Amino acid sequence: MARFLARRLAGSALVLLGLSVVTFVLARVIPSNAAALYIGPRARPEDIARVTQQLGLDQPLPVQYLTYLRAVLSGDLGTSIGTKQPVLGELVGRLPASLELIAVAMLIAIPVGIGLGVLSARWQGRAPDFIVRIASIVGVSMPAFWLALLLQIVFFRQLDLLPLTGRTDADLRFIAPIVPVTGFYLVDSLLGGNPTAFIDAARHIVLPALTLAAYPVGLIARMTRSAMLEVLDQDYIRTARAFGLRDRLVVYRLGLRNAMPPVLTVIGLTLAYALTGTFFVEIVFNWPGLGTFAVRSLLNVDYPAVMGITLFGAAGYVLINLLVDLGQAWLDPRVRLT
Amino acid sequence: MTVASATDPVRPMARWRAVLPTDPLALAGLVVVAGLAVIALLGPAAAPYPEQGIGTTNVPEAMLPPGPGHLLGTDQLGRDVLSRIIVGTRNAMGISVGVVGLAILIGVPLGAIAGYRRGRVDAVIMRITDLALAFPPLLLAMAIVAALGPGLEHAALALAISWWPWYTRLARATAVSLRERPFIEAARAIGVSDVRIIFGHVIPNSLSPIIVQATIDIGTVILAAGSLAFIGLGARAPEADWGLMVAEGRTVILNQWWIPTFPGLAIFVSVLAFNLVGDGLRDRFDPRHRR
Repeated sequence: MARFLARRLAGSALVLLGLSVVTFVLARVIPSNAAALYIGPRARPEDIARVTQQLGLDQPLPVQYLTYLRAVLSGDLGTSIGTKQPVLGELVGRLPASLELIAVAMLIAIPVGIGLGVLSARWQGRAPDFIVRIASIVGVSMPAFWLALLLQIVFFRQLDLLPLTGRTDADLRFIAPIVPVTGFYLVDSLLGGNPTAFIDAARHIVLPALTLAAYPVGLIARMTRSAMLEVLDQDYIRTARAFGLRDRLVVYRLGLRNAMPPVLTVIGLTLAYALTGTFFVEIVFNWPGLGTFAVRSLLNVDYPAVMGITLFGAAGYVLINLLVDLGQAWLDPRVRLT
Repeated sequence: MTVASATDPVRPMARWRAVLPTDPLALAGLVVVAGLAVIALLGPAAAPYPEQGIGTTNVPEAMLPPGPGHLLGTDQLGRDVLSRIIVGTRNAMGISVGVVGLAILIGVPLGAIAGYRRGRVDAVIMRITDLALAFPPLLLAMAIVAALGPGLEHAALALAISWWPWYTRLARATAVSLRERPFIEAARAIGVSDVRIIFGHVIPNSLSPIIVQATIDIGTVILAAGSLAFIGLGARAPEADWGLMVAEGRTVILNQWWIPTFPGLAIFVSVLAFNLVGDGLRDRFDPRHRR
């Protein structure tokens, strides 16, 4: 396992190095005037000249790349044009809001997706199977930003059950302020023994989390179903049934456990989807996370921020893939040996 | 004939004909896809108010709810929503077919070469592919659009650049198994050049899984392009684009719900239709999925 881990870590480090080359090319090589992009739309010629020198754009490309790499490795992703703050600080500050949203969405998606997939496989060709198959294909076909709007119409306008946008009510900080510990409002309000804040944060996260969960639920259910069907078709399952083992034991202990590796891969894939999926959900729900910052930076051509987000997101994706691989190796010893 | 594997050198068209009518959901999807194709070809001519579909405003009739004159209502500038959706079909279909086509043109030959030649060529091509796949979905496309500037063509180019690696992987996997097959070995033995083997035998015999993937991807690209347009990185006003229409109507969602709802529905139905057809094709071409 240690050798497998070392090999995968080395692979991930190489990918990260490659990613830094791609972001560098996108930031400095493709744009015809990178300095002007870095200052923003209202750049004056003297500013452009100054930034050209500051960024070393008059240097040869390999030198520029090494300077850029050195800065990135020391945690310097530049300064955001929009907020005038260091990009890394902006990203780290907004990370908990996005992570909390993604975590709640995945906590909904994983059990629901796997449950629906198992249900579908157990009742193959019958009504529950048909309904789950339709529901899962609907889940993967639904534009997240549109689903978000539909949920707002139903749960805010029609039923008046849940808040429209935001992470908490605006007046919460006067009534029952959350003391930041982890940055996850649900966790922090519980740690601080603050039920009012917990309920408020929970009510705010329901709609965005449901929106973000729709696609993962569909994908996980589809993969669980097909993996379960494949496993339940195996000889050892037939033998277990022939020996009269209880159905529940056969399906869950023998079946689901062995169907897990491909399901785990898909969970990793959906988690990666959620990294960018959250951008669209955050925009509609005005969620103060990475997504709102990313989209604002993209639209305002806040170049240092865009590059920081790209590298940050890609690094997160590499980390997720690494974790999935380690999970696979843990679940299936054969993976470690290949 | 017994069940054929996805890589059998059998005419794919023969299987195509036998595929769709068996699965009612795939058939329903196919009907919708055919409808979309016809609407896209007709363009503004299919719209009840062609001028408004293209973008001509009609402010006196702004924000009318769905009714006999305007089946899906009108938007903030008085334009018929149905006409805008119909005109937008061409954009949605055009961008998705274009992106997938470009991704296939780049990705498939690279994958076929990598899988057929193996060795160093394979290693180099696949490392580049892995790198392109190391970005979360859409993030690379967003960064490219930011570098090039927003717009429909730039969004399409960015999507194609981030999509081709999937086809390289797919084509490589098939090419690796094809190169060991007797008919390829025979071609090699009689001295047929690598280029001719790759373009004349390997690629044509890899088409089934590629067609299936392309069908699903056309839907996914409609969704991706819609998402880019929704955040302002795709088509620009006054272009009739579904994602852009949802974005434009978002601010009035609570009172004039029809303005963003119907364009969003158009995206959803199109993606669903392509997914259903793609699923049906995959079930047919890949026996492991046929359950």
